Amino acid sequence: MSAATLNSVSQSLSAQEIKESKRNLKRRKLLAILFVAPLVFFILAAFVAPIGTMLYRSFYHPTVAQLVPETLTQLERWDSQSGAIPDKKTLITFTLELKQLAKARTAGKLAEEINRALPGSSSLIKFSARKLKKLDEQLLANNGDQRLLEFKKGKWGDPDLWQAIKQSGSVFTDRYYLTALDLKRDSSGSIVQRDTKIYLKLYWKSLKIALYITLLTILIGFPLSYYLATAKTKTANILMVFVLLPFWTSLLVRTTSWIALLQTNGVVNSTLQSLHIISDPLEMLYSQFSTILAMTHILLPFMILPLYSVMKGIDPSYYRAALSLGGKPIPAFIRIYMPMTLPGISAGSLLVFIISIGYYITPALVGGTDGQMISNIIAFHMQSSNNWELAAALGSLLLGLIIIIYWIYDRLVGVSNIKLG
Amino acid sequence: MSIEDHYVQFKNVKKSYDQKLLVVKDFNLDIKKGEFVTLLGPSGSGKTTCLMMLAGFESVTSGEIIINGQPVNNIAPYHRNIGMVFQHYALFPHMTIAENLAYPLQVRKMPSHEVDKKVADSLALVELDQFGKRYPGQLSGGQKQRVALARSLIFEPSIVLMDEPLGALDKNLREQMQFEIKRLHADLGFTAVYVTHDQTEALTMSDRIAVFEDGVVQQCASPTILYEQPSNSFVADFIGENNHIKGKISSVNAGIAQVMLDCGTQVNAQTYGIDQADELCILAIRPENLFIANENRTFENTIKANFVARLYVGDSIRYFFKLPSGEELMIKALNDQDAPLFQENALVELTWATDKGLVLDRSK
Repeated sequence: MSAATLNSVSQSLSAQEIKESKRNLKRRKLLAILFVAPLVFFILAAFVAPIGTMLYRSFYHPTVAQLVPETLTQLERWDSQSGAIPDKKTLITFTLELKQLAKARTAGKLAEEINRALPGSSSLIKFSARKLKKLDEQLLANNGDQRLLEFKKGKWGDPDLWQAIKQSGSVFTDRYYLTALDLKRDSSGSIVQRDTKIYLKLYWKSLKIALYITLLTILIGFPLSYYLATAKTKTANILMVFVLLPFWTSLLVRTTSWIALLQTNGVVNSTLQSLHIISDPLEMLYSQFSTILAMTHILLPFMILPLYSVMKGIDPSYYRAALSLGGKPIPAFIRIYMPMTLPGISAGSLLVFIISIGYYITPALVGGTDGQMISNIIAFHMQSSNNWELAAALGSLLLGLIIIIYWIYDRLVGVSNIKLG
Repeated sequence: MSIEDHYVQFKNVKKSYDQKLLVVKDFNLDIKKGEFVTLLGPSGSGKTTCLMMLAGFESVTSGEIIINGQPVNNIAPYHRNIGMVFQHYALFPHMTIAENLAYPLQVRKMPSHEVDKKVADSLALVELDQFGKRYPGQLSGGQKQRVALARSLIFEPSIVLMDEPLGALDKNLREQMQFEIKRLHADLGFTAVYVTHDQTEALTMSDRIAVFEDGVVQQCASPTILYEQPSNSFVADFIGENNHIKGKISSVNAGIAQVMLDCGTQVNAQTYGIDQADELCILAIRPENLFIANENRTFENTIKANFVARLYVGDSIRYFFKLPSGEELMIKALNDQDAPLFQENALVELTWATDKGLVLDRSK
């Protein structure tokens, strides 16, 4: 009887039970969503929105289109390849719009925009705007084109200038990305290289500096983490405080302390001089060397912490087993122990590399001209040259670069291998 | 005495980590070649430390360890040629099973075709022929254990140390692996030093067992002697279960002592070494040797005790009684028709044979 009863128990849920359990599940899901809602909102507001705006800004640029909308409509009829300037009607429309801008005191904005596409055109536009302001509107409607062509010895007769206006007028533009990649469009509209390479060089330099820093942190961090992981708890705790100390002091203080150390009359130079190792002070500050040195110091904890936690988790019996099987200490360490630390090394490397490639403050303070990185030029475009669009394009490319590096890393090592502790 | 009889020797070995507290106190042990010796004891009793000193991972604070006539105190672990099986297997997770097995041969610079052959033989030995290309993470606990065993044997060490190798396995697998280790030991003839805190494991596998407590070997003997003639109450308690009744020796005659129990009953019991009349002692009786007296079954000694509880275990039934002097007694009875029920506090007569009662020193 017992076996039969056991088998005859219903194997499925009744409709009522299913309904009930589904409702329960839904309620729990809703509750879970409510719990994470503040976080989701925060991420949207503080992370997704700014980055989205930045990406948008790097190719959406309506300024010129807002300033001279009529002219741009007229310019659509014009064939830029013809070698001639646009027709009379277009020119008249432009003079009228420029006069309006001059009245509203926004002609300077247009001059600045066009100047970016065609350097040197700023003064012409400003000059023309000033002149047009005084002229009668009716007069301009009849022969404004002639007046325009009279300004500055007929500089408005250059088709390249009109090409520049037409180009700057498009609302969506790849101009900033081209600039960020040291490319431009020539008068015929095809993409050509710029004569001077600024940004590609800087990207390459940032990559190189980040790579050096990563390698240095591995070299310095590995033995230290190993010592921390194998030392007695008491010693390890004290040493850990020293590792974490940089985290607790201000970044500025740490960076400026390097200035104090490295400057011409700094601690390092005076020590070396008093020891008669060098006769003249070394120029260490404001160079790539000082950038790498200071950033290695600052980013070292990011290597040590994941490495330490991975090493702490490695059972000492692996190494002992290798010894008992006849492995000599150093070969056994390299062949058995080191591969097991790879998750920590790769986690630390990824952290250090990604943080350092976009680092700003340290290169800005100790880098001089030689030790500048891509973030410094981004900051320059945001603060000094007021070219936010180019800054956004540079930033987006940096983001893209990091994503590509991450992707390559994932293919080669596997992100799942990362262990942060 | 040939060198084979003391192949491994611990001579007055002491170990202290902080130069104050002794973890191992004056350890002496001679191990014969090919013998299976188990170091048994509760955790923290110093047994693993002894094993680690033999393997060379811990230094010897004082005394000497000798292998095959040669002192090894200052020989590095990788020169000792001792195979070792670790508690959590310690298989290298980034290497395949075959690479794990090949490692000890490669570091000995063996030509690669020989290595391949040996690895294949070794996999066959532990019946894991198809697993060479897998990684340790893809194996079950029992399989890992067998690989660890194979790896410790592949370079043909004369001594193999095992540090609680079966601790992480479940009961069925553990019994199977005990059998496997015994088979390999019999086939290959290595000298085995085995550390465990599981007394059943020690009893079933070993030629000799050294029972550790508090850094001191309490008794070192064969499983039979250890179980039937424990030298003190710690060993008597640690190996199997035991009932203790306090008493005083009245007289001793030809290895049989007359003991006056504290509850006032006079009984006879076996004694080894303890023969002083008027000495305080403990009478130890194993639960399976103590019976509830009835018409068919009464032995030389009887005692009256109050019934406390009856515990149903399945194949056996455990009875708990209390003596008037306060000591508790346990009986392990077979679950047959002779397993009666009692009222609480009922006075029951218990009985045992003289040769099953053992007189032990009370100081321990």
